[in-house]
Amino acid sequence: MRFIFKTSYVQDLGIFRDGVQRNWYVALFFGMLALPLLIPSYLVDMSLVFIYGLCGLSLMVLAGYTGLVSLGHAAFLGIGAYTHVYAVHDLGLPWVVGVALACVVTAISGVLVGLPALRMTGVYLSIATLAFALIIQEVLTRWEHVTGGLKGKPVDKPIVFGVYLGGDVAFYFLCLAFLIAGTWLTGNLLRAPTGRAWVAIRDSEIAAQSMGVNLAVYKTSAFAYSAALMGAAGALFAHKIGFLAPDIFTVLLSIQFLLMVVVGGLGSLHGAFFGAVFVALLPVAISQARDLVPVWASALASPFGKSAGSSAFLAVDQFVKKPGLEPGLFGLILVLFILFEPLGIYGRWRKIQLYFSTFPLYKRATFRRQKAYMRSERLR
Amino acid sequence: MSLFVAEGLVMDFGGLRAVDGVSFRIEPGEVFTIIGPNGAGKTTIFNLVSRIYDASAGRLIFDGEDITRVPPHEVARRGIARTFQNIELFEHATVLQNLLLGRHAHKRSRFVEELLFLPRVRALELEHREAVEKVIEFLDLQPHRDSLVVNLAYGVRKVVEMARALCTRPRLLLLDEPSSGLSVEETEDMAFWIQDIRTILGVTVLMVEHDMSLVSSVSDRVLAVNYGRPIALGTAREVQEHPDVVKAYLGG
Repeated sequence: MRFIFKTSYVQDLGIFRDGVQRNWYVALFFGMLALPLLIPSYLVDMSLVFIYGLCGLSLMVLAGYTGLVSLGHAAFLGIGAYTHVYAVHDLGLPWVVGVALACVVTAISGVLVGLPALRMTGVYLSIATLAFALIIQEVLTRWEHVTGGLKGKPVDKPIVFGVYLGGDVAFYFLCLAFLIAGTWLTGNLLRAPTGRAWVAIRDSEIAAQSMGVNLAVYKTSAFAYSAALMGAAGALFAHKIGFLAPDIFTVLLSIQFLLMVVVGGLGSLHGAFFGAVFVALLPVAISQARDLVPVWASALASPFGKSAGSSAFLAVDQFVKKPGLEPGLFGLILVLFILFEPLGIYGRWRKIQLYFSTFPLYKRATFRRQKAYMRSERLR
Repeated sequence: MSLFVAEGLVMDFGGLRAVDGVSFRIEPGEVFTIIGPNGAGKTTIFNLVSRIYDASAGRLIFDGEDITRVPPHEVARRGIARTFQNIELFEHATVLQNLLLGRHAHKRSRFVEELLFLPRVRALELEHREAVEKVIEFLDLQPHRDSLVVNLAYGVRKVVEMARALCTRPRLLLLDEPSSGLSVEETEDMAFWIQDIRTILGVTVLMVEHDMSLVSSVSDRVLAVNYGRPIALGTAREVQEHPDVVKAYLGG
């Protein structure tokens, strides 16, 4: 077990816990830099992981830190993507201005959603955001001279300050840069009074209010900031998929984002990234595994004779090629996750860390859940 | 001049009149206690004073200014802090973060500065931290500084909540049943702390309390209420012996 020796208050203000943690992150950074050399064929998937990471960050601020669960975040992604593409293609603005505009427009729409949300909590708020997402999807479909309607809108490769960044490697680094910048900004807010006020609203609105937190200001600022992050992610997402259509930004995508933060672990930035990796890479992993399964099946059946081998191969092959197997498996894994690790991947990660740092003395009961009998009456 | 004045407070919940014409004055530097049987409207008076409820009628005057219609988050900035009967701490944050939130009323950094964590934000954070450390020192919370509130014992949480209220640098501190759920020893400690808060920090205290030993050891004046109406006002002894108070508690 490592104890951090603190000699000044400044030590508690850093973005990293201590030098050791910082070194791990530097190592991770270099790992990310070297990744294009290691797995060149999966770079496209990795840039999606980074974009989803930004989305996870965005929803983590809102759902994980402020406690406002949104079921309409795909709408912000859509607004960001369309704004960016409209600014860059139709208005001919520079790429960077397009991204900035995407952030501003989504932030404003975030405020517009946040304002009525001040009077709602819990499930009711989620339903309101869901309605917002449906409205936005309809707007994207109907507002044809801006969005191209159902015909869709093709997206060119990104050209930033005259530099073409459309290649897989270049785009990978572009997404990485955005993710690092987004994480840094979010980390800054979370260690400042604004972040504390958000957490306070999540844990007890009434106490936050009594300590001087203006609920209206901080709830809308959480919505605006979260939406702005989503806007930046939307700009990148547009380039990633290369073609915008309203049916991309469905409720299903919003739910995927929500799963991301829940599976990753609510209330930690790590969780957002773990969730992004999980949601972006699990379908890839499932389809990879699906290609291998028939081969294994026939290999396992081969000692029973040639006909048994080939019939097993055929049966398994037919089964794994059934449509809907992928989302089904995805769902199954999710259910198992929430059943056995409600704290998410980050919670499991912390347990593993603790196991090794306290090695022979780890107690299983450390994380046992207890029933709390306090806070029976609450003012609402 | 009185630090705090409540004039003819009335609170209606639909057809139920929970507080019916309560008036009192709190002088600077005193410990003023409200007692009464269950459901007498004590906590409702508290929620009126901290502006969580809007009074149906009556006026609240703090430090010469009318705060009857001031929004609840503004009350903390003016110097009124409170604790809650059922502990409303931020459970999934550390004690330190909870106390730092107590400094929110003194926040001077802007959003964009915080986004970039400019040197000014850093300096302000250090200032907040120093103020918080003084309170930690005052209430002996050093061992719990970095623990999550969910992992703390009930008695410690009570103290943390009081510490958070003190971090706002209040001039009037509202304590809603500071001894509820505490052991006998913890209640004694609480009495010492309340006296220290008054004498060392010079904070005026308005308290709702059931434990009569705590009430009589720290209160300067006591107001007894029943069915939302004031029935007696005076020193702890006077109020305890008042025939209406005895009747309210024992019936008859």
